[in-house]
Amino acid sequence: MTLDAKIPAGPLDKKWTSFKNTAKLVNPANKRKFDIIIVGSGLAGAAAAATLAEQGYRVKCFCYQDSPRRAHSIAAQGGINAAKNYQNDGDSVYRLFYDTIKGGDFRAREANVHRLAEISNQIIDQCVAQGVPFAREYGGLLDNRSFGGAQVSRTFYARGQTGQQLLLGAYSALSHQIALGNVEMFSKTEMMDLVVVDGHAKGIVVRDMTDGKISSHAGDAVLLCTGGYGNVFYLSTNARGCNVTATYRAYKRGALFANPCYTQIHPTCIPVSGEYQSKLTLMSESLRNDGRVWVPKRKEDCGKEPKEIPEDARDYYLERKYPSYGNLAPRDISSRSAKEVCDDGRGVGPGGLGVYLDFADAIKRLGKHVIEERYGNLFEMYHNITGEDAYERPMRIYPAVHYAMGGLWVDYNLMSNLPGLHVLGEANFSDHGANRLGASALMQGLADGYFVIPNTLGTYMASQFGKKVDPNAPAFKEAVDSVKARVQKLIGINGTRSVDSFHRELGKLLWDKCGMARDKKGLEEALRKIPKLREEFWSNLKILGSADGINMELERAGRVADFLEFGELLCLDALNRNESCGGHFRTEYQTPEGEALRDDEHYDYVAAWKYEGDGQPPTLVKEPLVYEEVKLATRSYK
Amino acid sequence: MKFYLEVWRQKSPNGSGKLEHYEANDIPAEASFLEMIDIVNEDLTKKGIEPIQFDSDCREGICGNCSLTINGVPHGPGRGTTCQLYMRKFRDGQIITIEPFRADSFPVERDLVVNREAYERIMQAGGFISERAGSAPDANSVPIPKVVADQAMDAAACIGCGACAAACPNGSAMLFVSAKVTHLGLLPQGKPENDRRVLSMVRQMDKEGFGNCSNYYACEAVCPAGIPASFIARMNRSYSFASIKESVGISI
Repeated sequence: MTLDAKIPAGPLDKKWTSFKNTAKLVNPANKRKFDIIIVGSGLAGAAAAATLAEQGYRVKCFCYQDSPRRAHSIAAQGGINAAKNYQNDGDSVYRLFYDTIKGGDFRAREANVHRLAEISNQIIDQCVAQGVPFAREYGGLLDNRSFGGAQVSRTFYARGQTGQQLLLGAYSALSHQIALGNVEMFSKTEMMDLVVVDGHAKGIVVRDMTDGKISSHAGDAVLLCTGGYGNVFYLSTNARGCNVTATYRAYKRGALFANPCYTQIHPTCIPVSGEYQSKLTLMSESLRNDGRVWVPKRKEDCGKEPKEIPEDARDYYLERKYPSYGNLAPRDISSRSAKEVCDDGRGVGPGGLGVYLDFADAIKRLGKHVIEERYGNLFEMYHNITGEDAYERPMRIYPAVHYAMGGLWVDYNLMSNLPGLHVLGEANFSDHGANRLGASALMQGLADGYFVIPNTLGTYMASQFGKKVDPNAPAFKEAVDSVKARVQKLIGINGTRSVDSFHRELGKLLWDKCGMARDKKGLEEALRKIPKLREEFWSNLKILGSADGINMELERAGRVADFLEFGELLCLDALNRNESCGGHFRTEYQTPEGEALRDDEHYDYVAAWKYEGDGQPPTLVKEPLVYEEVKLATRSYK
Repeated sequence: MKFYLEVWRQKSPNGSGKLEHYEANDIPAEASFLEMIDIVNEDLTKKGIEPIQFDSDCREGICGNCSLTINGVPHGPGRGTTCQLYMRKFRDGQIITIEPFRADSFPVERDLVVNREAYERIMQAGGFISERAGSAPDANSVPIPKVVADQAMDAAACIGCGACAAACPNGSAMLFVSAKVTHLGLLPQGKPENDRRVLSMVRQMDKEGFGNCSNYYACEAVCPAGIPASFIARMNRSYSFASIKESVGISI
């Protein structure tokens, strides 16, 4: 099997334009004949649903929350990048492109990233027009701030709630289209399987989470906008309900899963405080604009009050190691550095798993009111959770699982190897390589939804005239029956252990063996243990109640069952990639200074995995990464 | 810590419900309120009692999915959502009553889960700026004074949880609606549709059975996003102007 990314010919900066000039179009009258199924209503899903509906397609949109406005994009705090260069500080489309490629440790596809950088400016225009209240300066023009991995200020923001405001923008556009009758919205409806007819994705099976009814929906194309799989680690900054089921089910139906080992561990989260914990809370990266990260130089000082540790006894390790980027070093590097100092015994707080993020200097320089205005809600949140006042005492932070760069494989059209199946936003693998820069997730979700898919979907749709599938085709019945059987199986196990206990155990195993640092031995151990845990899950799970109504344990069980398979794929990919790059750090492959050591000769490819059946190892399909514009270099933020 | 819980259990939307008594044992003070229920649910499952069904998702105070009334107050003591409420705020040994949000327009679906689709329909009635992707001018082409943008942001911060309607003795959704009307109404981009928006959103709100505002301000007191009740006054003013225009035949 070979993968064709369908990258347009021509120079890098002309590819998108030439694609648009020659892309297949579907005329408005014909768009009305097509039913598009969109799963997920976050930035990518809501933007795609609204935009495709504006164009005339008939859209059905599904989400598991009780309202599309609650998708987890809502929780993104810091901001969204764009190459506007409103600051006159040397930014450009090329620079945003290059920063993103470099930030991704040269493991992303050039053409996709350049397109993303080109579109970034349109996104800001679009959001302002729909009423997103971005931060402004007194003159009335838009304000910017800096984020990790960049030396320019290109991040637009709405206090610490940028994701919320962008999602509400997309949600309002979606609501408008629902009111017009162009989108049919299915909330509290979870996708359970993909329906493939003659090799094309033509529908989905869903479960109504209110009455338990399982049914199928047929469409002319399916768009998965279902986010990332960070919750495979149990503890993450993802929402409680985030899951891999939609993309994993598509994988089991033939779509390739690319680079699952590229997981992002975010450096600034509130440290874990106990076993009972259900999630980790992110403290926006924007805090690193003004906060300084440090730990004591000597282990003996770790137990002391931070105030009692004098300046010369503190190790501002990011500023020391990466003087030109300092506290704004990219996420993977900052996270690993935090782990290093904690492994060295110099961590602070309970269990020694924490570092300080100190605002004392910024408060001295700018005054408390400025810090309050910039980050007030984050300080309040921190106070709520920890009971500590970060204006008085430095925050304690520690890395936590945050984002999945890996996802379903897609070509330039955002279509997977399964014709008709398109994948947008975090759910695909395409733009961030091995590490995502801050404020780029919102950019990608909205780019895919508002501007990419509306232009690329036509390529597939134009080939589908007169090919409507019969919603009673055997493939639909087979998929519905298999979902029903699986739900009955889950509820009938009647064992002794709760869903969460399995999920926690899987998460801990993955965090230990396939988290911030990985090695062959640990990965092999995880690969031995996961199947055993899965076996126990299917024989000893306990779920009470029935499948005919609201049953949140049952919902979680279905998701955890998929995580228990997906976790294995993640470890397998991590074991296959004998190099360190971005968020994937194999301890065997590092420079003498402890930096990630890439192996471009052997691993400069996208690892896409093909499902071969339960109990069978998946096949690795490689998409070589071809760099026409950028020279591969060792990332340096020193 | 230990707590004595009185929890609303209701099998189905049409069934009747009642408070059941459960004990919450060995709860860490650092646990959030929802994590406390998670622990109780593990315990109930062990005992063969169906776990308490409740909505939650982001667990960081922004998605607006929490819908619990704690000791009679939507989201419980202090400002913020239920997921941002920590057990150290309670006394060891305290009795805690947990019910779903109570408002006629939010029917209970099961236990602590309510149906808030009424808010969706209000949003669909006019909570948007009509604009097509691709048609926007440059983002800096229309300067917006910082104070205006800031105030719009204050209003836009609403998380749509429904605590305002649940707290109101009239079951009024006016804080929610006024937040959206204010957010979009203040911005130059939203102004062309201001009259249409306020009329259709308020009418939809009435249709959904939400009550009117009688200046009780319980909504403001429980709002996790800090939306001020003064936005309601602003909405009433816009509504009056728009309905006068409409009644004298000025097209809006």
